[in-house]
Amino acid sequence: MTDEETVLSVADLTVTIGTRRGAARAVAGVDWSVRAGETLALVGESGSGKSMSVLAATGLAPRAARVTGDVRLLGTDLATLSAARRRRMRGRHVGFVFQDPMTSLNPVLTVGRQIGEASEVHLGLTRRAARARAIEMLELVGIPSAAERVDAYPHQLSGGMRQRAVIAMALVCEPDLLIADEPTTALDVTTQAQIVELVADLQRRLGTAVVWISHDLGVVAGLADTVAVMYGGRIVEQGSVDAVFAEPAHPYTAALLAARPDPDANVTELVTIPGTPPSPLELPEGCAFWPRCSVRGDSRCERELPPLVPVAAGHQVRTFYPRQSTGEDR
Amino acid sequence: MTRFILRRLLQSGIVLLGVTLVVFLLLQLVPGDPVRVALGTRFDPETYEALRSRAGLDQPLPVQYASYVGQALTGDLGVSFRSGRPVTAIVLERLPATLSLAITAVVFALLVAFPLGVLSALRSGSVFDHAARVFSQFGVSVPDFWMGIMGILLFAGVLGWFPPSGYVALTEDPAGWASHVFLPAVTVGLVTASILTRFIRSSVLEVLAEDYVRTAEAKGLPTRVVVVRHVLRNALIPVVTVVAVQLASLLGGVIVIEVLFAWPGVGRLTYDAVQARDYPVLQGAILLVAALFLLVNLLVDLLYARLDPRIRVR
Repeated sequence: MTDEETVLSVADLTVTIGTRRGAARAVAGVDWSVRAGETLALVGESGSGKSMSVLAATGLAPRAARVTGDVRLLGTDLATLSAARRRRMRGRHVGFVFQDPMTSLNPVLTVGRQIGEASEVHLGLTRRAARARAIEMLELVGIPSAAERVDAYPHQLSGGMRQRAVIAMALVCEPDLLIADEPTTALDVTTQAQIVELVADLQRRLGTAVVWISHDLGVVAGLADTVAVMYGGRIVEQGSVDAVFAEPAHPYTAALLAARPDPDANVTELVTIPGTPPSPLELPEGCAFWPRCSVRGDSRCERELPPLVPVAAGHQVRTFYPRQSTGEDR
Repeated sequence: MTRFILRRLLQSGIVLLGVTLVVFLLLQLVPGDPVRVALGTRFDPETYEALRSRAGLDQPLPVQYASYVGQALTGDLGVSFRSGRPVTAIVLERLPATLSLAITAVVFALLVAFPLGVLSALRSGSVFDHAARVFSQFGVSVPDFWMGIMGILLFAGVLGWFPPSGYVALTEDPAGWASHVFLPAVTVGLVTASILTRFIRSSVLEVLAEDYVRTAEAKGLPTRVVVVRHVLRNALIPVVTVVAVQLASLLGGVIVIEVLFAWPGVGRLTYDAVQARDYPVLQGAILLVAALFLLVNLLVDLLYARLDPRIRVR
């Protein structure tokens, strides 16, 4: 983790959120890191802790959340920084794209102003220079007639255009890391593909590291270098995209992959995983996936938390019963 | 823009016409004969008939109404049964007192409610927030006349800082006006401030939970910029409406407060006109209040279009 190239690394990250019904463990000890130019995908169902782990690492967790663990951004331990210094890292070194471009833009400010304002704060640009910079950024993300669109309000743009504007906003200070929190979920399929393509293209050109949070395995497969599958606040499987997708070792990952709709197969019903994810209010002592697991080994799974162990080089899994890497019954 | 204003003015005219009709009909239902009241003990049948026909009260109702509206269009709202003076003059001379009280009260309310509402939202759940909530609960639940009486007892009686009642025109003696307006304006303003504090707090809280506020924080903007540029710009748009409604209702005169503080405003005029069954004055006062209400609403709509780019004035 002390790699020169490492942009962001988190170690033993936990997030506990105080609620009326007790403490909820949204993230229960997570390690991951992302290097320059690389894309890490965090995959999981809603409530698996994938977004929360990223928000907490970058200081955007809700106020009720207690965050512990070691977070290093560009080699700096964020815990040693003052709140103001931590704030200045955001926007300057880390850019964010959130899920819904309809709600993540301020309705009463022009897109140009919203794109430019981070460069005013972090790069010291004047308002005029920031506006020029915003036009450049709009061109970079492929918005036609950028010089006019810079003065448009969010409601005057289509969903895809807005998400492009949000990406322009995130990249305006040329950050080292781009965090994309389900950026295509709220878009239609054609637009989704364009946004994925755009981010991949910008990443190649700018050398930005990307953390892509998604539940869409199809998007992840085409985009990411490494993938971390999260369940119940923990990483259950981690490795290169090729290894994890070709030879899923955790029953959960295998079930997720099996649940992907296959356009060629002539099926009338979608494959699902029975049951629901555990509540972060009462995470089980042992493996969180045990109640839904198809392998469902002995009572050891119920009592004891399996450690994250390597199954191959750069491929780790948290289960007592890793699937054999035969590649069959996928 | 000009078309929008013209259309709105036309609509306002239609509403005002409706107001005259409703008021006219309502007054027919009120028991009591205005001419009898005006004559009092000097009643004799001949004078009574003469007065009735001079006021047009012996005509059929539609004729009475038509002639009223016709004259109103020329600015003639009739003459007072009691004093015989033109209603338009009587009503307009009460306007400065009401305007100055209403505006002072709203300004005071905003000075209190804005910091209170915004801070209690930004620090929701804190001691400050709870204290602000107790204050606004107090303000909306304690009757204003009681607060007015307590204010008079304390500040005019015990401390002697302000005169207990009365009115001095702002144009004649600004200092005297200020000392007279203070107690009634604070009394009325506290109620308004309580309502506004709650509204501003909930509006700011709502915007704080918006995605675009998180986006602003994700950009690493200083807290001050996030709050002013992103939170308040949005949170205060609906507040404008509430302030306007409050202002408009105060412009109608706060009858109890105006009577309590002997403030010669429109509210006091309405009260006296009801007591004396002075229908022309009552009609004129209600018409003025309705017109002010419509004017304030028009101004709010124009302001809205400036504050919120999603709203187009067409």
